[in-house]
Amino acid sequence: MKKRVLSPRMGAFLLVAPLFFFIALFFVWPLASVMKQSVSDTAVLHILPKTAEAMSDWDGESTPSPTLQQALIDDLRAATDEQATGDMVRRLNSAQSGFRTLMAKTIKAANEAREGPVDLLEIDKKWAQPQYWKAISEALSPVTDRYLLASLDLTRDASGSIVSQPPEAAINTAIFSRTLWISALVTFFCVVLGYPYALLIVASTGWKRQLLLAAVLLPLWTSLLVRTAAWFMLLQEKGLINELLQTLAFINEPLALIFNRTGVVIAMTHVQLPLMVLPIYSVLLTIPKNLMPAAASLGAHPIRAFWRVMLPLSFRGILSGSLLVFMSALGYYITPALIGGAGDQMISYFIAFYATETANWGMASALGLVLLIITILLYAVYERLSATRERSA
Amino acid sequence: MVDIRIRFDSVSKNYGPVRVVDNLKLDIAKGEFVSLLGPSGSGKTTLLMMLAGFEEATEGQILVDGRAVNDLPSYKRDMGVVFQNYALFPHMTVGENIAFPLQMRGIGKAEIAERVARALDMVQLGHLAGRKPSQLSGGQQQRVALARALVFEPRVVLMDEPLGALDKQLREQMQLDIRALHNRLGLTIVFVTHDQGEALTMSDRIAVFNKGKIEQIGSPRDIYDEPKTRFVAEFIGETNLLEGVVDRTSAGDALVRLTNGEAITVTDAQGLTPGQPVFISIRPERIEVQDAAIASTGANAFATRVADSVYQGDHIRLQLEDGAGTPYIARLDRKSAEWPKGTAVTAIFKPADCKVVLP
Repeated sequence: MKKRVLSPRMGAFLLVAPLFFFIALFFVWPLASVMKQSVSDTAVLHILPKTAEAMSDWDGESTPSPTLQQALIDDLRAATDEQATGDMVRRLNSAQSGFRTLMAKTIKAANEAREGPVDLLEIDKKWAQPQYWKAISEALSPVTDRYLLASLDLTRDASGSIVSQPPEAAINTAIFSRTLWISALVTFFCVVLGYPYALLIVASTGWKRQLLLAAVLLPLWTSLLVRTAAWFMLLQEKGLINELLQTLAFINEPLALIFNRTGVVIAMTHVQLPLMVLPIYSVLLTIPKNLMPAAASLGAHPIRAFWRVMLPLSFRGILSGSLLVFMSALGYYITPALIGGAGDQMISYFIAFYATETANWGMASALGLVLLIITILLYAVYERLSATRERSA
Repeated sequence: MVDIRIRFDSVSKNYGPVRVVDNLKLDIAKGEFVSLLGPSGSGKTTLLMMLAGFEEATEGQILVDGRAVNDLPSYKRDMGVVFQNYALFPHMTVGENIAFPLQMRGIGKAEIAERVARALDMVQLGHLAGRKPSQLSGGQQQRVALARALVFEPRVVLMDEPLGALDKQLREQMQLDIRALHNRLGLTIVFVTHDQGEALTMSDRIAVFNKGKIEQIGSPRDIYDEPKTRFVAEFIGETNLLEGVVDRTSAGDALVRLTNGEAITVTDAQGLTPGQPVFISIRPERIEVQDAAIASTGANAFATRVADSVYQGDHIRLQLEDGAGTPYIARLDRKSAEWPKGTAVTAIFKPADCKVVLP
C-alpha cells in the first residue's frame, strides 16, 4: 500500500483552493475595495500631511497661524504628483466652491518662491475666510459618510447633523424607487408569461417539449447585448412591430415603443423570462402527474383544482423565479441605456456615470453599496419566507 | 334482476393506430366487487380511466345507473378513485386531504369535521389527522387515500393497482381490510390489478383482460377451476398445459390424444369435435401421485419419474417427467408420502380435473 502523503482533509482543501483563490482575488478583494472607496476620503490627507498635523492646533475660527500657513505651503511644494493634486483640488472644490482658482494661484505662488515663507493672504484674500480652512480641516479626515448619505439624498448641515438634501439635489431615492419599480414590473410580467409557459412545457411531451424548452434556453445562450440590439430594431418607430401593426391597419400612428418605459419593460421581460421559466419548470416536474386527476375525481372543477392544488405546489418555483428575475433586474444597465429614455435609467446607469464620466469613485461605490445592501436584504426576506414554508411543509 | 350500476356498451379506445380496448361489453352490479385482471398493456387501466373520465372512449357508451356519462367531466361523475401512488396532496395534512372532496361539494364545516373524523376512524388513522402525507408510511398513505375516496360516499369506487407499492404482508392485510369495507358499506368497487392472487382474494367477479378484450369473466372459483382459454389457465395460478387433438367424443366424454403420445379422457366434452386441436389444463394440486409398483398406467395414468422434490412448508412441489421428457408439476399435501428424487411414480389425472381450454 502506498503511503498517504496528504490527509484527506488537506487533499479536499487543495482541490477547492484554486476556487477560493479565484473568488478572493476577483470577487472579495474588488468588492472590499469598492466598499472602502465609498467611505474613504484620503485625497486631501494624502497631499497635505503636514497641514493635517498643524491643523490640530487651529481653533476653527481665527485666521490660521503662520505655522499652519507654512505647513500648507510646504505640502504644496512637496506635491509632485499632478493627478493626486488634481484629486485634492477637486475634492476641496466639491466641499467649498472657489477652491479651484484659489489653489491654482496658491500652488503657482508657492512654487515660484521655491523656498521660505509666503504670505497666503497676499496671494488671495480668501485665505482670510475661515470657511476655506474649515473645508480643508473637514476634508482631512480619512473616513467620510458623505457619499453614503448622498446616495440616500441626505447630507450633513453646518452643525454636522443629518438632514435631507435640498430637493434640487435629491435624485437618488427617486432613482432607487424607479429601479425597484421597473424590476417589480418586469418580475410581474415574467410571472404572468412564464408560469403558463412552464405549465405548457410540463404538459407537453417528446419533441414538443424539447422545442418549447429550446425556445426558452436559446435566448439565454445569446448575448444580452445582441438581444437588446434586436429589440432596438423591433421597437423602433419604423421597426418591425410598428410596420406590421400599421400594415394590418390596427393602428394609424406608430406606437411609441422605444426610448420610454414600455420598451424597457418589454425588452427586459423578454431577456429575463428564462430565469422565471426554468425554476418554475423544475418545480413543476416534481409535482406528481396524478394530483390533478385526483382532484377532479374528488369533485374539483379544473379551476378550483388548479387554485387549491397546482398553484400552492408550484409556489416555491414562482418565488425563486421572481427572486432571480427581480434581483438581476435591479442591476440592469445596457437595456435601459439603449432602449429607455432619460427618465428610464436605472441605478446602474448612474453608478457607471459617476465612475466613468465624473470619476467620482466615492459616489459610484456608495450607490453600489446601497444597491448591494438592498439586494441582500431582499434575499434575507426570501430565505426567511422559504424557510417558514419548508418548516410548515 | 340485479341492479346494473355500470355498463360498458361496446366500448373501444384507440391510441393512434393502436386499439387498447376492443369493443368491450361489461355490466357491473350495484354493490359488486369486480376485478379487472390482466398483464400490463391489456387495456384494464385504460378502461378504468375511461370510467373515471380521465380518458375518452373512441367508440361505445359508458352508462352509470342507466345514464351515459361519456360527456360528463370527471369532476361531475361522483366516483372515488384510489390511485396507484395514492395521489395525496403533499401540501395538505391528512385531515385536509380527506376534507377536500367534501369542501368541493360545499358541505358545512361542522359536518366536514365530523365526516373526516369518521372516515379516519374507519381506516384507524384518527391520531394522524394533523400529519403531512410525507410523514406517513406507505400503508398509512394508502389508508388515507382510501378514506379520501370513500368519505363523500361516491356511487362507485375505482382502484388502480392501489396495493402495488406495498410489501407483501401489508398488501395481504389491506386486501382483507378493503374486502371487509366493501362488505360492510355495500360499495360498488372496480379494482384493477395484475396480481391474480389479489383478484382471487377480493373479488365477487374477475374479468380477465387480454389484448383489449375480456378473455373470461366469472367468480374466482369459475376462473380458477374452469378456465376457458389457455391464456386464462396460464395467467391465473399455476397449471400443467398439455397440447393435443380431440380423438373421439361420446356421451359427454372425449378422448384427447396428446402430442407426447399419451391419451387423456376428459368429462367436459361439450362442443368438441374430433380432429380439433385443444389444450388440457390440470392444476398441480389435482394431480394424484402413486407408487408405480401399485398403480397401473393407461389413459389418464402416466408413468413418470420424480425429477425434483421441493419442500415448501405448507406443501411439497414435485417435478415429474414422463418417458418423452414432458415435465409435469404436482403439488402435494404435506401429509402425503415423500417421493425422493428419481423414484418411478404414476401420475393420475382424474377426468373431471382435466379442463379442455381453447388455444
